[in-house]
Amino acid sequence: MSFYFVQFVTGLSSACSLFLVASGLSIIFGVTRVVNFAHGAFYMLGAYIGYTLTDRLSGVVGFWGAIALGALAVAAIGTLIEMLLLRRIYDAPELFQLLATFGVTLVVEDLVLLIWGPSELLGPRAPGFTGAIDLFGQPFPTYDLLLIALAPLVLAFLWLLFRRTTWGVLVRAATQDREMVAALGVNQKWLFTSVFALGVFLAGLGGALELPREAANHTMDLQVITEALVVVVIGGLGSVPGTFLAAIIVSELNAFGILVFPKISIVLVFLVMAIVLIVRPWGLLGRAEAAARAASGMVLSRWRPLRAEGRLFAVLALAVAALLPLVAGSYLVGVATEVLIFMLYAASLHFLLAGGGLASFGHAAYFGLGSYGAAIALKACGLGMETAIVAGTVLGLVGALVFGWFCVRLSGVYFAMLTLAFAQIAWSIAYQWTDVTGGDNGIIGVWPSAWAASPARFYWLTLALSAGGIALLRAITFSPFGYALRALRDSTLRAETIGIERRRVQWMGFVIAGAFAALAGALYAFLKGSVFPDNISISLSIDGLVMVLLGGVGTVSGGIVGAAIYRSLSIWVISHTDYSKLVLGALIVLLVVLFPKGLVGAFEAWRSVRTLAGLHRQNP
Amino acid sequence: MSVSKLSVAQLDAAYGQAQVLFDVSLEIGAGEAVALLGRNGAGKSTTFRAILGLIARPTGRIVFDGEDISKCPPHEIVRRGLGYVPEDRRIFSDLTVEENLLVGRQPPRPNAPTWTPERLFAIFPNLRELRGRAGARMSGGEQQMLTIARTLMGNPSLLLLDEPSEGLAPRIVEQMIEAIREMKREGLSLLLSEQNLPFARLVAERVYVIEKGAIRFVGTVAEFDAQPDVRHAYLAF
Amino acid sequence: MSILVVEELGKSYSGFQAVRDVSFVLEAGEMLALIGPNGAGKSTCFNMIDGQLAPTTGRMAIFGKSTAGMTPGDIWRLGVGRTFQVAATFASMTVAENVQMALLSHHPRRWPALRWAARYHVAEAERLLALVGMTDQAQRSCGELAYGDLKRLELAIALANDPKLLLMDEPAAGMATRERHALMGLTGRIARERTIGVLFTEHDMDVVFGHADRVLVLNRGTLIAEGAPAAVRANAEVQAVYLGAGSLYGARS
Repeated sequence: MSFYFVQFVTGLSSACSLFLVASGLSIIFGVTRVVNFAHGAFYMLGAYIGYTLTDRLSGVVGFWGAIALGALAVAAIGTLIEMLLLRRIYDAPELFQLLATFGVTLVVEDLVLLIWGPSELLGPRAPGFTGAIDLFGQPFPTYDLLLIALAPLVLAFLWLLFRRTTWGVLVRAATQDREMVAALGVNQKWLFTSVFALGVFLAGLGGALELPREAANHTMDLQVITEALVVVVIGGLGSVPGTFLAAIIVSELNAFGILVFPKISIVLVFLVMAIVLIVRPWGLLGRAEAAARAASGMVLSRWRPLRAEGRLFAVLALAVAALLPLVAGSYLVGVATEVLIFMLYAASLHFLLAGGGLASFGHAAYFGLGSYGAAIALKACGLGMETAIVAGTVLGLVGALVFGWFCVRLSGVYFAMLTLAFAQIAWSIAYQWTDVTGGDNGIIGVWPSAWAASPARFYWLTLALSAGGIALLRAITFSPFGYALRALRDSTLRAETIGIERRRVQWMGFVIAGAFAALAGALYAFLKGSVFPDNISISLSIDGLVMVLLGGVGTVSGGIVGAAIYRSLSIWVISHTDYSKLVLGALIVLLVVLFPKGLVGAFEAWRSVRTLAGLHRQNP
Repeated sequence: MSVSKLSVAQLDAAYGQAQVLFDVSLEIGAGEAVALLGRNGAGKSTTFRAILGLIARPTGRIVFDGEDISKCPPHEIVRRGLGYVPEDRRIFSDLTVEENLLVGRQPPRPNAPTWTPERLFAIFPNLRELRGRAGARMSGGEQQMLTIARTLMGNPSLLLLDEPSEGLAPRIVEQMIEAIREMKREGLSLLLSEQNLPFARLVAERVYVIEKGAIRFVGTVAEFDAQPDVRHAYLAF
Repeated sequence: MSILVVEELGKSYSGFQAVRDVSFVLEAGEMLALIGPNGAGKSTCFNMIDGQLAPTTGRMAIFGKSTAGMTPGDIWRLGVGRTFQVAATFASMTVAENVQMALLSHHPRRWPALRWAARYHVAEAERLLALVGMTDQAQRSCGELAYGDLKRLELAIALANDPKLLLMDEPAAGMATRERHALMGLTGRIARERTIGVLFTEHDMDVVFGHADRVLVLNRGTLIAEGAPAAVRANAEVQAVYLGAGSLYGARS
């Protein structure tokens, strides 16, 4: 009994940092409508900067002074990023803001590596809180008790800040109606900046306060951002008390999950989130959004199938691609195969995101299910490559069928978060179900059948399946079904009024996208000869979004162009520098700022301006 | 007309690609109350939103108190003393009455009446009892009073009032008329948009008629009443 | 038989009674206007009739069938067309494709097909667009249409399921005077030819009194008058709450 109690109290102490990070995320979202993916990175910076400052300045300002200074330093960095980057993209679709903050995360990850090196850094103990007390016969760190006391204090502080200060009233007003606040003479720019600074300060503080409990390390950013997103979604976006409650729930689930279901402890949290979202789609203490944003700010331009010149171009491109192995070496052919696989993966996400307006943040789930399905079919069931690829695709399809049924019940940011949650469930299963998936060691020896074993042959097989898949996705896009999916994107109201069943159509769209992603995943397993939990990772899901947005979400097929460019670029960068994340992250940030319509979108806009100019010249 | 308070010249405005205002020009003198009449969708709200910079206004010159504000963002315009009351009220429903007023607060201004919550409760007595109540739990008439009071907290010298009588019970409309007259006595200049002709007659000295985004008539209330054809052509009744 | 029967319809939102005890019927081929000041509950009534909102109290029947629990799609399949106050169309499609989309949904196919959707129901779409006078704009992108044309397109979409009941929420809003009368004249003609009952809300009294066979007046969620346009126009209560004939303030000024 006492053991469970101690476990419970440990859970409470973990809730503190999680609450700090998640409340910052929630406050920032409430006012600026930005899902700040970089929040995890700020948390990590808080830990590392806190480490350095406690190391160097403890003598001058004391341990607590150093911790506070560290959080302030992180807040200053966040403020700078808000002013230089986010201010330029507040009016962009919300996906772009997510992408930009993901870019920032990548940059921060490599900067941390550059500055502090690869090893874990264990911080000093907090003076006065180094020991442990006896709790029902079990030793319990006094520092953890301090954290348990701190969380409600922070909650009270935030409550007073929002209720009792003019600034807080302005923030609450802006959370509800930004434009009206401006129309009453409030300078939104500085309000946003100050809110962002506060949010980042909380993240930095959360990171610094973890120092005495666990070592600063390089994976803490993605780990905490995932948990913080879950907390915010369970609690209700924009609700600080909801965040507090959810932080406790999630921390306790983590603490007890490991005891009760050691195999699926991570799954438990996401399962609870999925249930909460379905029962209360706006979180425990959140409220329904007054008005959902129109089709995430997409520019709706007319879509039409390829005309003669476009088809000719596609055939030529295919012919050139088919000739590649005759002139290129096996390394280049391998790279090209990988690019093709990712073109199919991106096309499947593009189908869902651009064609259906459904922003999935967890598309890697289906890619990964395809990989694992194929690998397990080959290794455990002893099937051939051909059947294994089919088996992988079917597994992805079934996964999309199950997860999609839940996801299409939600929309907007909540849809995105639920897809992310399901992807994390799939990831944790792959990570923890060692008997079947090999866990962290993955499944190796996944090689193609003899007839497709050479790089050139496997390339041709991939080319055929990818090109076929992309063509099929395009055909579906322009079929009556694709039109129905797009009709729901353009105007859900009108579409439902003419008898299009939203859930059914979007569910089917989800399944189609998932199946093609799984096909890509199955091919990827055979290309690499192995499968790891990385095939389902968040970063792979985000990569998909980067590729689609890079290509242009308002275009019919921008995703494949984005995939070709981004994947080639990232393979090249990875092979040429140890700091590939730094380069790619900076590149993503730049592209978001320079080409908010995506590359293909920018090209189309440029072409239509030229066409118009041409018309003007002809008929002055 | 006395000294110019607000002068709008050749203002165009667009929602995306659709142009909604065409060459709109308006003059409001200091201390004057002017009504902008027009049917639903004629362009009244759009004119107000364009003056305030809430929608794109690619062309046109807007001069307020002798200074060009046509490139200013909304909050700067408001800080110069131009208050705006939106048609749909847009009360912060999570905030109490007092907090709503706090959002509108700006420093006092030499050329404009200075308002405090106490003074506002004197002309909108209903609000006094509701001061701690959340905006969501108020009737339409109470919300309309609050939205005007909130804007007055900015101590404006000119008030843009978008359809203040819309959807209100006659009793509340009468209170609204009293409140507007009180503001005029305080020396506030007013531009109000209306569909309700009797209401406009009671508070305004001059009239602009807008239809399909363009000004169709300018004149005093008496001149307007002398031309029933204008009324029939542009204002459904 | 009345094609639409509304009985004691009511809707309240967290204590606020938006619509109270509204009852009326609509006959085939009739143009029935629902008017009232902003916030009177017109849109709420409309959204209950077309299935977007569930009423708190009361019953509705369309073509003799109770619509309790039906979605907008179900009601559309009964043979009801709907246009919106703010035109709702598919911006990434052409004008013709918008209509074809409605036709595709009206004539479901047993098997999914991969043929380009714009190749289905071409003649039928042309016919509907001709009916509303938009033949020459059929291949234009819907995103670049003038507002008046969008409203006409909406009418064509609403007619795609060969409806016997049309629900039009402020069909003439945002249009020029001449266009308004043209659109309502067209609607009236189609309604008579096909014996479609039309229920519409409108702010433009010229449109209401020029085109409606019968008028319902809603104020604060309650019906306060019903009858022929001339009678409603002469009704003192209606004048006071809605038309603003001046009697209310005239005495004081």
